[in-house]
Amino acid sequence: MSTSSHVSAVLAQGGEIPAPHIEYGQVAPMLLVFGAAVLGVLVEALVGRRSRYFVQVPIAFLGLGAAFVWTIVLGWRENPHSVAAEGALGVDGPTLFLQGTILVLALVSLLLIADRGTGRTGGAVEGHFAAQASALPGSEAEQRTAEAGAVQTEVYPLMMFAVGGMIMFPASNDLLTMFVALEVLSLPLYLLCGLARRRRLLSQEAAVKYFLLGAFSSAFFLYGIALLYGYAGSVRLSDIAAQIARDAGNESLLLAGVALLSVGLLFKLGGVPFHMWKPDVYQGAPTPITALMASCTVVSAFGAIVRVYYVAFETLEWDWRPFMWAVAILTMVVGSIVAITQTDIKRMLAYSSIAHAGFLLLGVIATSPNGLSSTLFYLLAYGFASVGAFAIVTMVRDAGGEAGHLSRWAGLGKRSPVVAGTFAFFLLAFAGIPLTSGFTGKFAVFKAAVEEGATPLVIVAVIASAVAAFFYVRVIVLMFFNDPDPDGPVVVAGPATAVAVALGLTATVVLGVLPQPILDLAGQATTDMFVR
Amino acid sequence: MSPGHYLALSAILFTIGALGVLVRRNALVVFMCVELMLNATNLAFISFSRMHGNLDGQIIAFFVMVVAAAEVVVGLAIIMTVFRTRRSASVDDVNLLKY
Repeated sequence: MSTSSHVSAVLAQGGEIPAPHIEYGQVAPMLLVFGAAVLGVLVEALVGRRSRYFVQVPIAFLGLGAAFVWTIVLGWRENPHSVAAEGALGVDGPTLFLQGTILVLALVSLLLIADRGTGRTGGAVEGHFAAQASALPGSEAEQRTAEAGAVQTEVYPLMMFAVGGMIMFPASNDLLTMFVALEVLSLPLYLLCGLARRRRLLSQEAAVKYFLLGAFSSAFFLYGIALLYGYAGSVRLSDIAAQIARDAGNESLLLAGVALLSVGLLFKLGGVPFHMWKPDVYQGAPTPITALMASCTVVSAFGAIVRVYYVAFETLEWDWRPFMWAVAILTMVVGSIVAITQTDIKRMLAYSSIAHAGFLLLGVIATSPNGLSSTLFYLLAYGFASVGAFAIVTMVRDAGGEAGHLSRWAGLGKRSPVVAGTFAFFLLAFAGIPLTSGFTGKFAVFKAAVEEGATPLVIVAVIASAVAAFFYVRVIVLMFFNDPDPDGPVVVAGPATAVAVALGLTATVVLGVLPQPILDLAGQATTDMFVR
Repeated sequence: MSPGHYLALSAILFTIGALGVLVRRNALVVFMCVELMLNATNLAFISFSRMHGNLDGQIIAFFVMVVAAAEVVVGLAIIMTVFRTRRSASVDDVNLLKY
């Protein structure tokens, strides 16, 4: 068949394959982050153990900061709308907005990851991560490394690889790039989940669960790609869209492919019924990593699902709409209701994140410029609020680490009113109370969904928000109207964590009181929609 | 043989893998079943590549192999760590986090 003719065509040219043309200027943010990650690996191998931390942290900050600045300049100077790297990556308004969001949220999460508290206590370096992940919990080897103050710093390169995958995921213009980006973002996260210094068993359990379920879901994602390749003969999103518009090819391949691909994407953003990993992983993972996952991974996964649904499957709307409606309703309802029964603060925030994924799916279902721009705004607002909330979770500590159980939070408002007040503010933002960023985001998404005729969905969403408000307010009541336990948790704030909380709080207030500049920016980013 | 037969085989292998993930208890066997699913996908890519007469599918198969190898490295590291702490690789034993 013609396969052999292709091969012989290449061979006829004397085996010379033309080198691909790469627009280095447009893909530079990704290259900077990956470059910093590779540099981090070299530092891990070559720099002395005691000085590694002081080299790794600036490299990570500089890499993320430079990539963020480059993204801003790229969007500001040329308002690009083109494909780069032979069509593998799209560089357009929405992508740059998402990449900027991910990078700035990663910078804030890095503040949490890098925080080592006020210094050394009893010879051991304080921090959120295991000194030596390979040492058995409670073993002699672990004690020896702790006494020596030797702490491995592989967290930073791993985090940089994950962030690199995250900014590549929403930019992928073909499904192969998307699959590779998905794995590049997931594999380091599986490892990072297992690195907690305290509660090692829970942390390792979270890692194994995340890994097995994540690998399972990416196998579905990949089979979906295979079926779509069988349908369209190409994995480029625009080619798939063209084939759908032509109404040619085998439709059962197409529908099965769309379904399997959606399973993979919905797993990553935690849509019900693919959400089972989320509470376990959010609870077990080290809290700074949970903050990274709750903000950056969610933004990235939504960026990818929006791109796939807006570019490749837009004309197929009538086929996927009922399915997405069902998932969105289930996600909002299950997330909000199950959160009520939670007794662990991180688990409760995980279910809250599931409910928010449901609200965000309304923006995906709207498939309009307004739907896209409101999703972008919501992602930014939610990302900042969740980084801030998880930062506060790291600050409230018992003797054995963070105070996870909700009952331990009773009366925190009387002991440290500033911390409890800030946390209450983040919870109100999650609930969508006016004058917080959550209200503006929810309002924009709901409005876009109503415009596209999804009014029943919006009614469900409003009811789910009301249910969700109940458990947020319950925590606030617990903090302010109960008497503190005499041996209750203490608030320990490292300087970097305090800065992260302050940034999250500022963003939540500003996006709630003065949302117009960012709304305009999101609107401007989406005027030309995605490049095809 | 027509490429259709290979596609059927790939679907069967994928289903066996998915069922294996759902019913097997040992984390290593679960992981092997995931690998079986990825290999079934490769077979589908190559059959479709033959049907469409372009080389994309074969190139993708190489990418999938590399990703699967990276996944093995990360996966075995995680499963080994859990095995060393718990002396068990059964997925029924990792049950501290629930509800």
